[in-house]
Amino acid sequence: MNFETELSQGNFYIPECTKCTKVVWPPSEFCNHCFGEVLLKKKVSEGRIIEFSRYDDAYFCLVEFEKEIRVMAKISNMPKIEQRVKISKCGISNGNYFFHII
Amino acid sequence: MKKVGIIAYGITPFTKEDQKIETVLLKSAKNLFENNSHINRNDIDAVLVSTNNNSKYLSPVLSEMIGVQPKIAHSIESLCNSGTNSIVSAYSYIASGLADMVLISGAERYDSPGQILEWDNSRGEYKHPIFWASIFTKSYKREFSISDEDLAIVPVKNHKQAKENPNAMSDKIFSIHDVINSKKLTDDIRLLDCSRPCTGSASIILASEESASKNTDEPVWITGIGQKTMSAGFTKSISLSSMESTKLAGYTALKMANRTIGDIDVAEIHDAFSVCEPMALESLGFSNFGKGINIIKELHETNNFKINPRGGLIGSGHPLGATGIAQTIEITQQIQSKAKNRQVDNVNVGLVHNMSAAATSSTVLVLEK
Repeated sequence: MNFETELSQGNFYIPECTKCTKVVWPPSEFCNHCFGEVLLKKKVSEGRIIEFSRYDDAYFCLVEFEKEIRVMAKISNMPKIEQRVKISKCGISNGNYFFHII
Repeated sequence: MKKVGIIAYGITPFTKEDQKIETVLLKSAKNLFENNSHINRNDIDAVLVSTNNNSKYLSPVLSEMIGVQPKIAHSIESLCNSGTNSIVSAYSYIASGLADMVLISGAERYDSPGQILEWDNSRGEYKHPIFWASIFTKSYKREFSISDEDLAIVPVKNHKQAKENPNAMSDKIFSIHDVINSKKLTDDIRLLDCSRPCTGSASIILASEESASKNTDEPVWITGIGQKTMSAGFTKSISLSSMESTKLAGYTALKMANRTIGDIDVAEIHDAFSVCEPMALESLGFSNFGKGINIIKELHETNNFKINPRGGLIGSGHPLGATGIAQTIEITQQIQSKAKNRQVDNVNVGLVHNMSAAATSSTVLVLEK
């Protein structure tokens, strides 16, 4: 399993080191702590909104998952700080990752 | 280590002109040598080019165009702080004895690829700098109860100061009302809150103490250097309302110079967006956290040009690879009392703050007579 292959199919997996079990973010082939091999074990579940602003009609947020993974994601409704959210859609478009949350 | 000083500089106007990068690069070097015809070009043993442009082999190209055959010639890229990072590299070459006189030329075109860090996929579809700046601005306003009107004083002050800088892209005065009513890019960033990419070039020569004494009566010494990289990705930033890399780089630079922030008479601050100026001032220790805007308001009201005398990035324009060198030239001119209408009184010690990619890395220099 490859992070980008899975992401392009709409699956946001947590990259985790097989040696030290650390979450490796941004995704990489090897752990940035012990250089162990990184595998995708489970999908991200709930995240929390750290900060947000608005561009055109949609809000964009800094969202944290698993206390290690932070991404910029789009949300339709006005968010709140510390709001619990889930990934509704994700993928790769024109070479850029994208994440939508609800 | 050997002492290293600034002995000459040259610069071009910052514009939106469509010129080849090699032409832009050559223009500030030409300006430097025309203003310092006593400098023997054969004494230059290193040529460093600071740019985010993708053209190849620019340092040997520049060397050939100015008729020198240096021992050392290469480019340096580190997004927006490429300029000061090049100066630090030049300093290191001289301090170690590998070179004695180094030409550093920074240049960029208005369409620089350095504006977007493609690698940082954690930013998702929000890779343009206005998005990290919006998150910083929202967080800063929230944490310290700062309003959009409070922050608008930054572009008002810096455009006013840029009017006294003949090389600045801006020649207009703006009011708080103008800033607030300029085009809204996001909920938290307006057009006049932003520095603008542009075409421009700046060159500087660093030399050892021995070579400096042969070439100038008024060298400006680099007495402090601090650099810190926290990450490459914006989303790794722990604080969204302060700049950790700036705090650490500033501390290192002042310690090396055996100075405190209270000794700084004039400073160039990397105001890529309005919020960056108070955040950087606070992280460098000019004020307590959340109080940087008070300094900026007071300086503006008293027409004191102490912070960003040339107009900052917001007023001058931001040709990425040239910016750190242009900032260093401004502080050099201030120390030499050659800044004309921008001159700050009694300048002995100055500071340059140059950063990249949402302050994921910072470089701070201390310059002195």
